[in-house]
Amino acid sequence: MAHGPAKGFTRWLYTTNHKDIGSMYLWFSFAMFLLGGVFALVIRAELFEPGLQIVEPELFNQMTTMHGLVMVFGAVMPAFVGLANWMIPMMIGAPDMALPRMNNWSFWILPFAFAMMTSTLFMEGGAPNFGWTFYAPLSTTYAPPSVTFFIFAVHIMGASSIMGAINIIATIMNMRAPGMTYMKMPLFVWTWFITAYLLIAVMPVLAGVVTMMLFDIHFGTSFFDAAGGGDPVLFQHVFWFFGHPEVYIMILPAFGIVSAIIPTFARKPLFGYSSMVYATASIAFLSFVVWAHHMFTVGMPLAGELAFMYMTMLIAVPTGVKVFNWVTTMFKGSMTFETPMLFSIAFVILFTIGGFSGLMLAIAPADFQYHDTYFVVAHFHYVLVPGAIFSITAGVYYWLPKWCGNMYNETMGKTHFWTAFIGLNLTFFPMHFAGLSGMPRRIPDYNMMFADWNMISSVGAFLFGAAQILFLFNVIATIRGGKKATDEVWENPEGLEWTVASPAPYHTFSKPPQVS
Amino acid sequence: MSSNQDNTVEHEEYYVPEQSKLPIFASIGLFLTVWGAANWLNGDANGPMYFFAGSLMFAFVLWNWFSIVISENIQGLNSPQLKKSYVIGMAWFIFSEVMFFAAFFGALFYVRSLAGPWLAGEGEQGLGNDLIWPGYEHEWPVMTTPDMAANGDSATMRGPEQNMSNPGLANWLGWLPFWNTAILLTSSVTCHIAHGALKKDNRRQFNIWLGLTVLLGIAFIILQIEEYVHAYNEMGLTLESGIYGATFFLLTGFHGAHVTLGTFMLLVMFLRSVLKGHFKSDDHFGFESASWYWHFVDVVWVGLFLYVYVFG
Ligand code: HEM
Ligand SMILES: [Cu+2]
Repeated sequence: MAHGPAKGFTRWLYTTNHKDIGSMYLWFSFAMFLLGGVFALVIRAELFEPGLQIVEPELFNQMTTMHGLVMVFGAVMPAFVGLANWMIPMMIGAPDMALPRMNNWSFWILPFAFAMMTSTLFMEGGAPNFGWTFYAPLSTTYAPPSVTFFIFAVHIMGASSIMGAINIIATIMNMRAPGMTYMKMPLFVWTWFITAYLLIAVMPVLAGVVTMMLFDIHFGTSFFDAAGGGDPVLFQHVFWFFGHPEVYIMILPAFGIVSAIIPTFARKPLFGYSSMVYATASIAFLSFVVWAHHMFTVGMPLAGELAFMYMTMLIAVPTGVKVFNWVTTMFKGSMTFETPMLFSIAFVILFTIGGFSGLMLAIAPADFQYHDTYFVVAHFHYVLVPGAIFSITAGVYYWLPKWCGNMYNETMGKTHFWTAFIGLNLTFFPMHFAGLSGMPRRIPDYNMMFADWNMISSVGAFLFGAAQILFLFNVIATIRGGKKATDEVWENPEGLEWTVASPAPYHTFSKPPQVS
Repeated sequence: MSSNQDNTVEHEEYYVPEQSKLPIFASIGLFLTVWGAANWLNGDANGPMYFFAGSLMFAFVLWNWFSIVISENIQGLNSPQLKKSYVIGMAWFIFSEVMFFAAFFGALFYVRSLAGPWLAGEGEQGLGNDLIWPGYEHEWPVMTTPDMAANGDSATMRGPEQNMSNPGLANWLGWLPFWNTAILLTSSVTCHIAHGALKKDNRRQFNIWLGLTVLLGIAFIILQIEEYVHAYNEMGLTLESGIYGATFFLLTGFHGAHVTLGTFMLLVMFLRSVLKGHFKSDDHFGFESASWYWHFVDVVWVGLFLYVYVFG
């Protein structure tokens, strides 16, 4: 166990080290973030002006689909798993993840899955073009042949997620250092613990729904075909039973990250630790019973509409508890505004905006107006970009000095933040207005009346894209050199990860520390 | 080991293997398998080749993986804490399998109790009946599909000629699903007895009862194949028989696949015990996890028997 990393390229292929695997997840995620970003910029370039100018509608549909799939499954989820790999063992005083070889396997499935998924772009009939939600019958009866590859890609990336989640659960349940009771675990560990349960509960359901598609397409079953007694709406129910918990999979670990960062830079302990834990658990629990808020306009019975509407609104309560706790943590703190803190504060404010637009959408009768418009696009980008993406970025800046032993360039970090912040608000805020005035989502051309909003959105999108190049540059520069970081890195941060050297040794906690 | 061992005071070194070639080759094997399957389904002539090459590679890697894990345990590398990780891993893996079946059971309940009646014109959701599928009446099993009701002989989505549902209690003795249920329930009991024998270090009893379990598993699979052949050849019940055929074959089919895997796992445990003398009365998680899997498969069957056959 005293050994350092192996030499050469095979280190990465054969590694069982949680830090190596965490790094691979993070780099993979960033590559997918750029790829998904390119798809997004194709979309925004086409939408810069009304009329069709850059891409054919057929390719446009492939771009919206691939953008969503790559960002959700390739960028956001692997980034959180990467952070979990790096941080959970260090945070609970464990020598590594519980099942190190399976850990490597979970990672290495992903490049293959995404190679398979992106290869569909070059196939006859083109890539999947039915939206990231792949509603039947668009994704069955009317799908391009490449849908089969999409289905299998989903299968194997689902296997990867399930194994990753099982590993995280085993690590947290079994590898905590003596004295690290559940209610002493850092919130990042808690939120990931709960996220892992969401994953093993819903990824198999996703596997089930793509399997039904596969059989409808190739073996003549009629799950989603009313002619044979099935129902296309069945697809939506099964999909969203997975899909809604999935959006919480993409946000709960984010809650954990900002709950680590805000106390450090407010120099006050987190307000309401246990209420944070209970709120996270309630959100996770409720996320199983709200799925049909994505289907208000599909023609459900009134009782269904009402039940799903009230349950959805109920989720806003524990979410509100969290926002309250973060704000209260900052209240009267001696705050400083280093890059991770800037991203975290922006998270709190902008995520809340996304939560409010979510509440608007949750009102069933109002959703008849908003559904399938750019208002929905604005909503979920506010929860995902300044939500998931900003928290990941904040986490990277916060822990990078621990990972590589060097401080990042603060000026460049702040520039990254402000460019990203302005870029994203320019991109997504106008979408609220375009949507409220009726602009439908997933279209390559639009009415003249939406022209101004769209032009602003497109400019913002390119600005946001440019900001990420700065991020990449800053991270690489930090890995290669820079001011040496102290072991604590920040002023009195809380957590076991700050008790080990910077950079963190290849193997930490071969002997578990005693937690008081 | 027994799963409820207390190891809060244990802190031997946790065994972290330095490096391993297994995962990357498992990934390549898995990828080739699905890549081949997708090409095959899409009519590419090379598909089967990739598929079989991949499956073979995947099986080979898994075989090695399990062998290595077993030999690590025999060498004494596994601390009680590490063993507990395997226990947790297996338990939550089974939970994920439960959720996979839940998707198909959910689909069954939904079409049967909600979508079907709506298609037949019930309630405010039923408007489509007159307009799209006039004449469709909902019954379960769906023998007459909406397509048949609306389009008669020109319908392409047709229901089955006969179904597998409950023939009435009086006829159960001649009803194959009943015997399958009896077999599977018995096999859970024999498996449990085998476990008890192992804990008492009674190797002979263990081998006998475990062997019996494997035989019952094989009997179940044979009867299930028999049922499918009968369905296809004599009952006009196929995957393409509307929603009834779809739910019937996917639920029983995935269950059958799991029984096959479970039987294989138990068979491996049997051979390990008979040929290699593996397992100790207090250290036999390999067997224990296979037996958990077996009980899980059994519970799923009870659900199937009730909702697909008895109340079918
Ligand atoms: C207060 C909390 C929230 C509420 C009340 C809420 C409510 C809703 C509703 C009602 C819709 C459906 C709108 C429609 O299609 O007409 C929706 C869409 C969506 N929400 Fe939320 N939401 C909340 C938080 C979140 C979070 C935290 C995320 C992710 C991190 C998220 C991601 C999404 C996504 C991705 C969609 C669109 C899916 C699609 O159709 O492509 N939401 N939300
Ligand atoms: Cu939702």
